[in-house]
Amino acid sequence: MLDDFLARAALAGIGLSLATGPLGCFVVWRRMAYFGDATAHAAILGVALAFGFGISIYAGTLAMALVMAVLVTRLAARGHAMDTALGVLAHSALAFGLVAAALQPGLRVDLSAYLFGDILAVSRADLAVVWGGALAVAGLIVWRWQALLTATLNEELAMAAGLDPRREQAVLTLALAVVVAVSIKIVGALLIASLLIIPAAAARAGARTPEAMAVVAAALGILSALGGLGLSLGFDTPAGASIIAVAAVVFALSLAVGRRGA
Amino acid sequence: MPRLPGGRVMPALIEARGLTVRFGGATVLDRVDIAVMPGEIVTIVGPNGSGKSTLVRGLIGLQPLAAGGVTRKPGLRIGYVPQRLHIDAGLPLTVRRFLSLPARVTDGAAAEALARCGVPGLEARQMAGLSGGQFQRVLLARALLARPEILILDEPTQGLDQPGTAAFYRLIEEVRATTGAAVLMVSHDLHVVMSASDRVICLNGHVCCEGAPSVVSAAPEYRALFGLGTRGAFALYRHEHDHEHDHDHGHGHDHAHPHHLAAEGEDAR
Repeated sequence: MLDDFLARAALAGIGLSLATGPLGCFVVWRRMAYFGDATAHAAILGVALAFGFGISIYAGTLAMALVMAVLVTRLAARGHAMDTALGVLAHSALAFGLVAAALQPGLRVDLSAYLFGDILAVSRADLAVVWGGALAVAGLIVWRWQALLTATLNEELAMAAGLDPRREQAVLTLALAVVVAVSIKIVGALLIASLLIIPAAAARAGARTPEAMAVVAAALGILSALGGLGLSLGFDTPAGASIIAVAAVVFALSLAVGRRGA
Repeated sequence: MPRLPGGRVMPALIEARGLTVRFGGATVLDRVDIAVMPGEIVTIVGPNGSGKSTLVRGLIGLQPLAAGGVTRKPGLRIGYVPQRLHIDAGLPLTVRRFLSLPARVTDGAAAEALARCGVPGLEARQMAGLSGGQFQRVLLARALLARPEILILDEPTQGLDQPGTAAFYRLIEEVRATTGAAVLMVSHDLHVVMSASDRVICLNGHVCCEGAPSVVSAAPEYRALFGLGTRGAFALYRHEHDHEHDHDHGHGHDHAHPHHLAAEGEDAR
């Protein structure tokens, strides 16, 4: 079955959704959408550096995504306006990535493959990385669930209960970096944030508890991935963009559900 | 520090010594000493901007200190009721689910806590759909589920009307009576809260005065902060600065000797 590129693509989408569903909920609840964007943009610089130093692309993007996450957190803690900090950091990282790639004469890699991803080109090794990363992130979130939820709800409440909100923030930062790293080949740096946010936002409509919302978000992510692949196959559209387009339609439908349920 | 009959020093549940907090150049709290003993109801009163909430955050450990320190009894179980709890519109949360944060509790325990706080049967409701009074009571119910040794409440009655406020304070007294938990409360509802308190601490960047409610309400320091002759009515804050502070010194953060009043046979520190 894994010999079929379509089966590999579908499995990659399913695996990734297991992580982006719950993680995306936290991105929505904590209003971290900007954060996902910044780490994703930095990933392009990671790709360029990975080629330059001859290391794994996954290692390069993971490292750069982490560096970016830490930088953004630091700048925000120092009182810089968040949108300014991101405007500086995220887009410079993207620009440096493109410049760094151009400066490597021998490099014959089209970076746009990493801007937009190509889920149909996922290899068996890629599949192993995606599933490994996604399961690690999902496991981390399940393990820290109660603490993450409490810290998300109110930092003082968490502190009074003996939890450290900064540690929970670090858990989410790490999870985000891992998801960006493993998904860059699938949906690409420009669309990762939407894969986190759109299914979670759509799941909000019918959910009564955080757990329900996380599970539904993962399910809607899988639905979008499979639907997007079908669209891509039928109409020869770019796969990553098709997945996000399907997710957006699902979100629009969820608005109708939400209105009826309310 | 109070002594047990045997002469041993009774350990405080939570104690701050010389707690000092600065925001930028401004000193918000200046060398505040405060201790809460087991089973005690302590109320911190003070005008807006007097550093009440900052003190609570400092005691919990959320507020970086410029100087001084906080000691908590090892393993102290704190039940915390925040001043405000904003629940993001994107986060679906039933009352039942909220009660299981951060530690999961049984349905029976959740139902009992809600009933004790006067809001039975709310489990299936969304937190965002509760009225102000219901919300505060659910917050209290959650705090009680941790079986706290000390309840810390930061202006818990903000947004409640007079009868709601009075009922909430009666509930706090009842909780202390039945569970033996100490209570540390921040308030500006002076006339309601005072009768229930063992000790009142009047705060205005520093400890202006402290002692039993009757002692504090008669203290010139207190009257200077909250107006003269309150006679049980809510007194507006009139910052007259006539309690031994120099008029030139702003909030008087430079005075070295906060004056504690002797209360009920307890020696002034």
